[in-house]
Amino acid sequence: MVKSRYFEESVKQAYLEGKQPLFNMAKGPIPGEMHLSNGQEPCAAGVCAHLRPGDFVTATHRPHHVAIAKGVDLKAMAAEIFGKMPGLSGGRGGHMHLFDPDVNFSCSGIIGQGMGPALGAAVARQMRGDEHVAISFIGEGAANQGAFHESLNLAAIWNAPVVFVIEDNSYGISVAKKDCTAIEKNSDRASAYGISGVFVPGNDPDAVYDAAGDAVSRARRGGGPSLIEVETYRLEGHFMGDAEQYRPKGEVERLMGIDPIPIYRRRLADAGVDSALLEAADARAKKNVDEAIQFARTAPAPEASDAFEKVFT
Amino acid sequence: MHLRKCLLNRIVAKEDEKLKNKAERRLTIAKAMSEAIAQAMDADQRVLVMGEDIGKLGGVFGTTQGLLEKYGPERVRDTPISETAFIGAAVGMAASGMRPIVELMFVDFFGVCMDAIYNLAAKQSYFSGGRVKCPLVIMTSVGGGYGDAGQHSQCLYATFAHLPGMKVVIPSNAYDAKGLMTAAIRDENPTIFMFHKALQGMGWLGTEPRAITSVPQELYEVPLNKAAVVRTGRDITLVGFGVTLHHALDAAEALAVDGIEAEVIDLRALAPIDRETVRRSVAKTGRLVVVDDDYKSCGISAEIIAMVCEDPQAKLRSAPTRVTHPDIPVPFSPVMERAILPTASKVEVSARNAVRGFE
Repeated sequence: MVKSRYFEESVKQAYLEGKQPLFNMAKGPIPGEMHLSNGQEPCAAGVCAHLRPGDFVTATHRPHHVAIAKGVDLKAMAAEIFGKMPGLSGGRGGHMHLFDPDVNFSCSGIIGQGMGPALGAAVARQMRGDEHVAISFIGEGAANQGAFHESLNLAAIWNAPVVFVIEDNSYGISVAKKDCTAIEKNSDRASAYGISGVFVPGNDPDAVYDAAGDAVSRARRGGGPSLIEVETYRLEGHFMGDAEQYRPKGEVERLMGIDPIPIYRRRLADAGVDSALLEAADARAKKNVDEAIQFARTAPAPEASDAFEKVFT
Repeated sequence: MHLRKCLLNRIVAKEDEKLKNKAERRLTIAKAMSEAIAQAMDADQRVLVMGEDIGKLGGVFGTTQGLLEKYGPERVRDTPISETAFIGAAVGMAASGMRPIVELMFVDFFGVCMDAIYNLAAKQSYFSGGRVKCPLVIMTSVGGGYGDAGQHSQCLYATFAHLPGMKVVIPSNAYDAKGLMTAAIRDENPTIFMFHKALQGMGWLGTEPRAITSVPQELYEVPLNKAAVVRTGRDITLVGFGVTLHHALDAAEALAVDGIEAEVIDLRALAPIDRETVRRSVAKTGRLVVVDDDYKSCGISAEIIAMVCEDPQAKLRSAPTRVTHPDIPVPFSPVMERAILPTASKVEVSARNAVRGFE
């Protein structure tokens, strides 16, 4: 969680270079949209703690926390975000399209798109007869997509070893969940497909860990798919540059007050975890991230002609 | 002398045997597709088939006949009517080492699942710097002419050929169907395998006899990027593919009666298009008619004409023309549909005008 947070803060800093005082998305070392995951770390950490490199994960347009939790190569990922040659795809994909086959991770800029591939990857693992599973992270907005309902049904009838994890940060860009979703908890929709559905309140990594543990072990032992909805918060806008006028007054301040990272740090300290251990974890995360960002900044840019490569393999 | 006669007899007997085998092996496109898939499944455990009604029914257009019985429900998966989910699932399977073949029953249905095709399957390689493979075949029926109206009769070749990251092919006969299918299954990239309903050889859809050809028993490949010159001629080039190839061939036969020698090209591959073969032919004939049963504007026919006009070697003796479906939905009434679809006589008229115009 701390590595992810520090990574996002470092990316944010680099992203804003050249974009102030006048915000121009094309300027600076990182162009394009930037969706940061600050605040949503418990979803990624709590689920991915159960995963092995051979487990398959798809994430959303807001992918960094999940990628880091799944073990994606941090330097190659940072270089991709900076559009550099040693990036995961050599700068062809950027921050919304991170693919690392070494740890079976991918993400997409299209809402709900990763659900089908995750269930297919799960079926492939089922057919091979090993115990690997697939996880598809989606936002709460994706639960209103056709892909969501089609995938839940198909996963259920094929008993696929897949877990669908909804990161409910309560906004689809500017539209609140309560204004666009017919029911309060999307996890209730699992019952329509005869599978387990659990709502995890409180943006709590331990509670996510427990719920994911049940779902992942059920999938591993052939018990079929599950749906988990995690109540979480994004502490930043939908994307960098978002004026966030849709938020009620005082919401950001309130959310900052329940930032999961200091809360969890206190919980660990209260449980008797040595503060030196926590500081060492912080220092390690900072060092890894600093090295990755430095690597990305100094890495060579791709050749323009590289754009014509890798359309096919 | 006797020895020569014996040898000759043996050669003749061998040829007879070959012909006999050939005669026994005349297949429809539907049978050729099924056979290619079955043999690919025998050769490679990673190959599986998914789609609507491809199990017990054997595919609405006969593309998966006998597969469920032979390979069982794990490798031959009937799906719910959920194209987004099962085409998406196929991409996840392909990324996980399988080689899925998926049927999208009618190409017209792409509207409910295009994201999984052009934004997902077609970009796996690019977004991963070539590290994630997507060996996926999507086979889909195209074409009208049998009164199925505007949501079950479209071709949409250009819609798919326009988008990078996918190969798009369409056979005009059973030999090519088996070879293209085999090549598509073995390819590491997503391939849209289109098959024209009018050529499928399903009794209830009518049959083009020329599409039923002799097909070798063994697996073989027809390249996914090569057109074929199926008739040579000096006066005009006729370009077709799928059913329109047969319109072009019929027209060429009619033109030949009057001494007009048409060269006929079967494109076979719509993406990438074999520009070289088309340009070489037009450089020789100087005249071009393209036949395409897809909508006219921004289509394959426009691309063919443009690539010829862009060729500095082309010495055009008449303006290139095209015979296409007009820019309207496919009408239901046979009176209207017959009138608007490309036909051999329309191709013949265009060709005669092209030749006559510069005499």
